Amino acid sequence: MSGPRELIDAALPGAVVDLFEDAGGQLTLEVDRARLGEVARFLKGEQGGGFVLLADVTCVDILDGDGRGNRFRLAYQLFSITSGDVLRLRVWADAENPEVDSVQPVWATADWLEREVYDMFGVRFAGHPDLSRILLPFDWEGHPLRRDYPIGGENVWFSDAV
Amino acid sequence: MSNVDLGRDTSLPHQELPETERIVREVEARTPAEAAARTAEHERRAAEDPVGARDPLVLNMGPHHPSTHGVLRLVTELDGEVVRDIHPVIGYLHTGIEKQCENKTFWQAITLVTRMDYLSPFFNTHAYTQSVEKLLSLDVPPRAQWIRVMLSELNRITSHLVWLGTSGLELGAISVMFYTFRERDRALDLFEMIAGERMNTRYFQVGGCAEDIPPGFEDLLRRFVDEMPSRIDEYEGLLRANPIWVERTKGIGILPAEQLIDLGVTGPPLRAAGVDLDLRKARPYSGYEHFDFSVPLGTQGDAYDRFLVRMAEMRQSVRIIEQCLDGMPEGPSIVDDRKVVLPPRGELATSMESLIHHFKLVTEGFTVPEGEAYSAVESPRGEIGCYVASDGGPKPLRVHMRDASFVNLQALRPMARGALLSDMVAMIGSLDNVMGGVDR
Repeated sequence: MSGPRELIDAALPGAVVDLFEDAGGQLTLEVDRARLGEVARFLKGEQGGGFVLLADVTCVDILDGDGRGNRFRLAYQLFSITSGDVLRLRVWADAENPEVDSVQPVWATADWLEREVYDMFGVRFAGHPDLSRILLPFDWEGHPLRRDYPIGGENVWFSDAV
Repeated sequence: MSNVDLGRDTSLPHQELPETERIVREVEARTPAEAAARTAEHERRAAEDPVGARDPLVLNMGPHHPSTHGVLRLVTELDGEVVRDIHPVIGYLHTGIEKQCENKTFWQAITLVTRMDYLSPFFNTHAYTQSVEKLLSLDVPPRAQWIRVMLSELNRITSHLVWLGTSGLELGAISVMFYTFRERDRALDLFEMIAGERMNTRYFQVGGCAEDIPPGFEDLLRRFVDEMPSRIDEYEGLLRANPIWVERTKGIGILPAEQLIDLGVTGPPLRAAGVDLDLRKARPYSGYEHFDFSVPLGTQGDAYDRFLVRMAEMRQSVRIIEQCLDGMPEGPSIVDDRKVVLPPRGELATSMESLIHHFKLVTEGFTVPEGEAYSAVESPRGEIGCYVASDGGPKPLRVHMRDASFVNLQALRPMARGALLSDMVAMIGSLDNVMGGVDR
């Protein structure tokens, strides 16, 4: 029985950087940022395991970074309805200019999930059709879920709109 | 001509605003005069344009609209009564819970996550505590698992009862709410009895449940579930063949199953379209594999099917609660790990170690090994998943809720395009969004 890594390595050599299990035994694939779109499309297809449901997209701000100039760690939760398998993809985004490819063209559900990550962390998604802020007002400054964004003390926000 | 340097940086590219931001900014007038001028302009154009080529009328539905389930704002482009397009604007209830969780210890954060999807507090805490338990590699004792299942299913019933009552109100069936809230109140009394709170119950702990079942609870719960099937018959009697209800919900809000999956829709809206996806069966957690229940599926995927699926789900929940009551295992209701779980109250007066453990847990909390975990539960609205990342300290590095309402709400736009405005009200109702969960 070949795991997802062997499958991806055979189809897209070099796209998977690392593979490990988390404390709950869930498999995580760390994917090369430049090849996220290819991997996503492959995993959604029959040969890749049929991960048709993208459950979640989220991000963690690791202030110290990963030692390669990256700071934002994105996690994509995939679920295969046919086999019941779960899989997590991990992609790192750059500290200075965080941008990864959008997976919205692959899974439509990523639309709002990526907008939320953009809103909260300032990670931009290339190819996203509508990268507006989603939970905060459009003219909010900063990205509150970054670890260097202080809690409390923000200005009371008034709009002069009527 | 002009020779004053304004300091404008011409190297910056001109960026177009993204779609939603552009449209919302276009409809928002900044002053009363601007609003009046826009209305006049619109009226002038409407008078000039030939019929059929008219501009859409842009209408703000919400944020304060009784049928939007809280504070959902839909910027709606209307052509007569037909919806051309909608642009949902959310965030009016955003309270930054995820950020606040990072500033609390792991066990304090439980109190915050209950307040996300405020109609299903047990599911929020269940997803969160499961993730933390995964990180700690804790095994929850069977009795605690059973209690969790029992309360989750009772919570599913209360949530569906709110949905049924409010959906009835939106579509003109006023009296349904009187009946559903009668039963819901009895269930909330049970919540109060076991957890001390009626609404935002903080009862599930990391490792189990905060307290064991109080005496007398099982009798009251049994009386409740004995009565419930006849009550569900009563609601169905009011609605199932009600001509207005049927007219308003049949054939409304249909999307193909593949599109629903692509949009990430889970829960009753997906099952109404015939997709057999229930996390309690697909990825059993908390001992759901030991229970005998079925997953109701629809055939058409319209709002009426969603109604039927939820009614059938309530009956299944009653079945599961009965099995919980019959087969409740003996034993502790929380794991015996003094580094994570508060010691029993009585020990504090006699044991120095217990006092120290208690003090340490309350003041600094417990540390959680570095790592990340995601665990999902099947809430009344679909998959509620909680992603927790830890850096090895007593506070989470990140808590993220994948809320079913948030994701399911995306399906409203493709559903509403081309539908009648009044049908959109039925669609919002049938998706059962809780804005507290959407905005978090």
